[in-house]
Amino acid sequence: MPVWQQTFDGLKTEEFMIVAVAEESRGGEHARQWIEQAGATYWCLIDTEHRVADLYGMVNVPQAVWIDEAGRIVRPPENAGSTDHFRLMDHATKTLAPEHQAARLAARTAYLDAVRDWVLTGRHALPADAALRALPRVTSDVALAQAHFRLGVWLRRHGNPTEGDAHLAEASRLHPESWNMWRQAADLDEVGKASGETFWERVQALGERPYYPPAKL
Amino acid sequence: MATVLSEQGELAVAATDGLWLSAEDAERTTGWTLKPEGMCRDDLCVPMPVRDNRIDVAAFWARLGQPVVHDAGGETWVLAVGAQQRNEALGGLVAPDFTLPDLAGVPHTLSTLRGKKVFLCTWASW
Repeated sequence: MPVWQQTFDGLKTEEFMIVAVAEESRGGEHARQWIEQAGATYWCLIDTEHRVADLYGMVNVPQAVWIDEAGRIVRPPENAGSTDHFRLMDHATKTLAPEHQAARLAARTAYLDAVRDWVLTGRHALPADAALRALPRVTSDVALAQAHFRLGVWLRRHGNPTEGDAHLAEASRLHPESWNMWRQAADLDEVGKASGETFWERVQALGERPYYPPAKL
Repeated sequence: MATVLSEQGELAVAATDGLWLSAEDAERTTGWTLKPEGMCRDDLCVPMPVRDNRIDVAAFWARLGQPVVHDAGGETWVLAVGAQQRNEALGGLVAPDFTLPDLAGVPHTLSTLRGKKVFLCTWASW
């Protein structure tokens, strides 16, 4: 979030807005410290039901969509500048080698530079046919997963964690590509679990596949 | 009373035998209106059996090919958006609109930003 604020600060005079949506089923209080620390002056919204992920077919965070002045999608959901370098982290010391840190920073900077470039010049906006090809395809399993996810979150919030968890598990079973669904369910079970041992096992199971597929800029 | 979660929001309804609802509640939860021809929206009508001016909204939703899920007690129902409807909405490349609150609870609507470029991004504490 602090890097998005830097991008926003650098573009203050432009007709531009950042809308940062916290996919946060525990509610806004869990997002508050991050928003306040970033000193965010753009829109910071709280999305307890992951409605934006549902509407746009997003499966991980951070993902971003670029929307032009006419309200049209010019870049469908894609990873917003994160990299898989975290997978190279030394688990004992929780550190990343300096060269990987540098590569990670360079990738993030390149992505945010592209955002800035788009705002100033329109570059990187995809033509309609390319944008259409890049859209995520919603399958009937994914649509059903969204229904179970919404019910699971609602039941959890209304004092029925056992049944809620069953629906959250069904959502993840139907939509295994959604890290959002799996990690949010883990976090609702216990704060910290979303990046716990099982998370690392799931990341490892990706093998050669990326956790954060790079945006094709 | 039952709770229905749909595109229309979260609504309390008086349901019988599953999700049989009054014509009025059927409209509030689905956005479709009960007419003599069936459940109608714009020019489209879907014939549905009517019993004492009530209709089975779960059956209606399923007939549209859209997901319906509910809790074990039949007290909470989700009428979700089908895959076809989602894909059609995205296929026009018009950014789907939404309204969400900020930390202070103030609602913000994406479409009010027309005229500006928008970088819509997601994140999470977890």
